[in-house]
Amino acid sequence: MTNAERLVVGTGLLALLGFVLFPIVFTVATSLMSPEEMLSGHPHLLPEQPTLANYARALAGAPLLRFIENSFLVSAAVTAGQLVTASLAAYAFVFLRFPGRTAFFFIVLATMMIPWEVTLIPNYLTMVRLDWLDTYQGLIVPFLAGAFGIFLLRQAFLQIPMEVVEAAKIDGASHFWTFARVVVPMARPGLLTLGAYTFLTTWNMYLWPLILTNDEAMRTVQIGVGMLMFQEFTEWNTVLAGIVIVLLPSVIALALGLRFLIGGLGAGALKG
Amino acid sequence: MPGNDRTGRPNAATIAGKSKRVGLGLRLGEAGTAFLFLLPSLVIFAAFWFYPLAASIVLSLHLTDPRGRMTAFVGLENFRTVLTDPYFLESLKTTALFTLFTVPPTIGLALLAAFFTHVIRRGKGAVRWMFALPMAFSVGTASVVWGLLFNPSVGLLNALLGRFGLGPVFWLSEPGWALFSVSLVTVWLGFGFAYVVLLGGMATIPVEIEESARLDGAGLGTRFFRIVLPLVSPQLFFLAVVSVIGALQAFGQIHLLTQGGPMNATNVYVYNLYLEAFRNYRFGTASAMALLLFGLVLGLTLLQFRRLERRVHYR
Repeated sequence: MTNAERLVVGTGLLALLGFVLFPIVFTVATSLMSPEEMLSGHPHLLPEQPTLANYARALAGAPLLRFIENSFLVSAAVTAGQLVTASLAAYAFVFLRFPGRTAFFFIVLATMMIPWEVTLIPNYLTMVRLDWLDTYQGLIVPFLAGAFGIFLLRQAFLQIPMEVVEAAKIDGASHFWTFARVVVPMARPGLLTLGAYTFLTTWNMYLWPLILTNDEAMRTVQIGVGMLMFQEFTEWNTVLAGIVIVLLPSVIALALGLRFLIGGLGAGALKG
Repeated sequence: MPGNDRTGRPNAATIAGKSKRVGLGLRLGEAGTAFLFLLPSLVIFAAFWFYPLAASIVLSLHLTDPRGRMTAFVGLENFRTVLTDPYFLESLKTTALFTLFTVPPTIGLALLAAFFTHVIRRGKGAVRWMFALPMAFSVGTASVVWGLLFNPSVGLLNALLGRFGLGPVFWLSEPGWALFSVSLVTVWLGFGFAYVVLLGGMATIPVEIEESARLDGAGLGTRFFRIVLPLVSPQLFFLAVVSVIGALQAFGQIHLLTQGGPMNATNVYVYNLYLEAFRNYRFGTASAMALLLFGLVLGLTLLQFRRLERRVHYR
């Protein structure tokens, strides 16, 4: 790179990082600022006297830990379920021959085009009929399978050399054995991509938990954060401390899964 | 998928050695096995995608009571009601503007950030983690944080503008600004995903191609326009399709930041639909709106496949 090019890249990176990081630095900095300091009349970014008092208040003020527990349970169950259902389905689409395979794969893909809102009202009414409002199963079961996961894992399984699966078959291995002991271990990066992606999107889900839960004990973190905002006396520093607490699990999931997300989501867009 | 997994892939020999331990011991034809493997997904799809799609169609042809029970068959009357409702038509226009304000800027900024990350030699790991961070935010957390930045009295954005002698701007309470402000949040929130997808696409470009271009004395601009841009066109196309669908379905940031206001300036399609169903309890007309949205999404996606995919370079 020439010096001029280096300057362009450097300034570009700094400007873009500024845009991306500013709200995040603001969140962390303000969560460490006392309300008096924040309302002192001269808005500033970094706290002059950092304090952890807001964190104690956030944990005491709303059942945040309960919300985190709910979200964690729901996200973990949905992630585990999606990994199982999507990998089984992808195995069938890649390694098994059956009538209507192509047609059926396209039907699965077409569900990606159905906006979630089309299914929202009937699914809500189904939940009413099943008496699943304010329950974990109501938050989990509808998301246990998805076209995106099947699509992503199909792309991953297509990379596995057919001979490996053929060899297992010649040795008399059942399809279930081949699936569990050969294909799944070999497609680990793809599974991790789907796992990280599913965990993040479920953790961040908003509309469905909003209409499904009324009972405070069943709410998820995202709804809980919204609740903090509409309290009678909104204490902003406390809200932001709450947000930092809620963000921690997803930041960790992102740090662990980023490598796989970059590899998997980028390649997932390729034609299979 | 990245081709290089060093995750202990078993070779044919170890597989042959262990394969006597057979899993379920069921004797099924290949089609039967396939059915079993597909069954869990099929059950969920049938219950939560295919059935509701059919139910939506039925609901949209009926009047309903507040509990969602159908009371009278009205044919296409709900569709006529929706399509002649001035609020609905206004919300269509708002949604179109919102899509325009969010999709091109998100993809453009993410493309620049990914390219800059792609070309630097040092600090790559830290840079890409920082750029991916918005992915950790939900629409809920992002809206609360930005809502506070927008706050007219304690918000930092106006304080910042004030330093340059500008403002104050009433980000969320002035009809002329509100849609822009909500779009800004959306661009920020969607940036992480677009960045990760594009960076993944750039990572699959063979090193030799870029290396030989560099040896031929190609500058940064040439590398961007002649090599990287064409080779990430599949990712750009994927993002264009997915982000337009996402923009048409935006809801959470509106619900938390503006509730469709001020003066309906941010009353986008799905927010309008939400009001119809869960505030007015008119499930019939709301279902008609949802189906019209499905049609819109399907139409736009097909259009993008026709118009854009021809310019995509698949390897």
